[in-house]
Amino acid sequence: MKLPSLRDVATEARLLLIGIPVFLWTMIPIYHMFLFAISPKEDAFSGKLWPDHPTLHNFEIVFKQQHYFLRDFYVQFWNSTLIAASVGVLTLFIATAAAFSISRLKVPGGRMVLNLALFTYFIPAAFLAVPMYRTMGNYGLLNNHWSLILAMVTIASPYAIWVLKQASDKLPVELDEAAVMDGATTLQIFRLVYLPLMMPSLVAIGTYAVLLAWNEYLYAFLLLSNDREITLPVALGNFLAADDSPWELLMTTGFIYALPPAAVYYAFRRYMVGGLTAGAVKS
Amino acid sequence: MAITLSGDQAIPGPPLSSRLSPAQVWGIILLAPYLLVFLAFVVYPVGYGLWLARAPENYVALYNDPIFARAAVNTLIFLVIGINIKMLIALFLSGFFAQQRTWIKWLSVIFILPWAVPSIPTILSVRFMLNPEWGMINHFIFSLTGDDGPNWLNDPTVALSMAIAVHIWKSLPFWTLILITGRLAISHDLFEAAEVDGASWWQKFRYITWPSMQTLYVTCTLLSMIWTLGDFNSVYLLTGGGPADLTHVLSTLGIRYLRLDQLSLAMASIVCAMPFVLPLVYFMMKRLSR
Repeated sequence: MKLPSLRDVATEARLLLIGIPVFLWTMIPIYHMFLFAISPKEDAFSGKLWPDHPTLHNFEIVFKQQHYFLRDFYVQFWNSTLIAASVGVLTLFIATAAAFSISRLKVPGGRMVLNLALFTYFIPAAFLAVPMYRTMGNYGLLNNHWSLILAMVTIASPYAIWVLKQASDKLPVELDEAAVMDGATTLQIFRLVYLPLMMPSLVAIGTYAVLLAWNEYLYAFLLLSNDREITLPVALGNFLAADDSPWELLMTTGFIYALPPAAVYYAFRRYMVGGLTAGAVKS
Repeated sequence: MAITLSGDQAIPGPPLSSRLSPAQVWGIILLAPYLLVFLAFVVYPVGYGLWLARAPENYVALYNDPIFARAAVNTLIFLVIGINIKMLIALFLSGFFAQQRTWIKWLSVIFILPWAVPSIPTILSVRFMLNPEWGMINHFIFSLTGDDGPNWLNDPTVALSMAIAVHIWKSLPFWTLILITGRLAISHDLFEAAEVDGASWWQKFRYITWPSMQTLYVTCTLLSMIWTLGDFNSVYLLTGGGPADLTHVLSTLGIRYLRLDQLSLAMASIVCAMPFVLPLVYFMMKRLSR
């Protein structure tokens, strides 16, 4: 082992000078949330960097629903789960069918549909929120889970179609031709040739749609209002309604709520980075 | 659906089903679910919204509402200053994370966290950190100087800056990640050759890195601007538009009007943003569908 030269040490020091602030900047809000979750109320409000008496009592209160703001915790957790899963499944179904139709079957007008979808993708979702709220009212879907599911599918599909279409274009045409020669019907090609080859992209897009729905706040709080219909993020926002909000419980619930998407993200990171960044910006 | 209809209609020539190949018929069937979603949840709401915002009085009312003017200015500050700061940091950090070090690899895994966790709990976490009496930051300032820290979210300029900081915190990892991909695509030979020629750090950036990354960088900046127009959470959950409705941006303003039951104003405020949004969207679509 050779000793590091002075120059190497200087480079390393300069890198650390960037690395340490980056680490602190990234971690402080998350650490602060974690700190509140393991602190009794007095410690949390005293600005200590580590509580005198770390405790899991806050988690116990949340899991036993022992607070006014938490009385529907499990129902809301279930709502979030159900809605995220439905959005994932529906988006995958709609987007895969559309991408197959546009890319492999070259359906007439496909190019135009793709452009329309891309256009929708670029319009900020918050701008569509107000008209969407009224539309759901007109359809009689307000306060119904379907309103949020359908809204999120609308928002997730354009990007999903676009990424899946890009991925489909890369599959060789000869595969379809060979299958047709063997007498395969269109649906058989879709099921037996197309879907298996598209698996990595489908995983990425499914994860994208599930996380998008799980994390959504604006649409959820506009479209759902009944305490037993709302999702977790809306319930978190509702904590702010009181002046003396139990922040340690808010942060504990927030921490629990943040764990599943973080876990999913890290589990599928390989797919997410490959599938999504490639599609997000094509230079 | 088009196929079942074609039998009943008296179209001259062969029926539609025989003019289309089976593959094309399936193509239409498979495209139909998305078209239905698009018609029911994009075309109808947008058309309905435009119809609600049709009266010119709405725009006069908006013009006379000081909160609207303030929100428009805030949005502009958010986009022009906030996004450019964010993208410059992302460009800088992409160079940092491209370094081959084990600890930097690990740091990049942690660095992604803000992007991976939902924004609601983390923004609320920052909100409490900024609390003038109980927040960690003012506790820290007090223990350091013995003075009370500022009332962060009570000053519109500071509050908006904090909302921008929260936005940067949340989305910096994503853009850094994309710029890293762009940077890693540059051939390593170029840097080695420059090294041999004794090029400085700045020369390597100016003559190798930047020329190959500038298209990507500009695309990312524009895309980030469009998306940031729709960033509702950073402002709403941190400041709620306050103090005194001075930190609203266009996306939170629409919701504010909606809450006040001024639906047509809400729509009109969005319509006012369109002259800025549509050219950007058009430009992006041109770029991406090349």
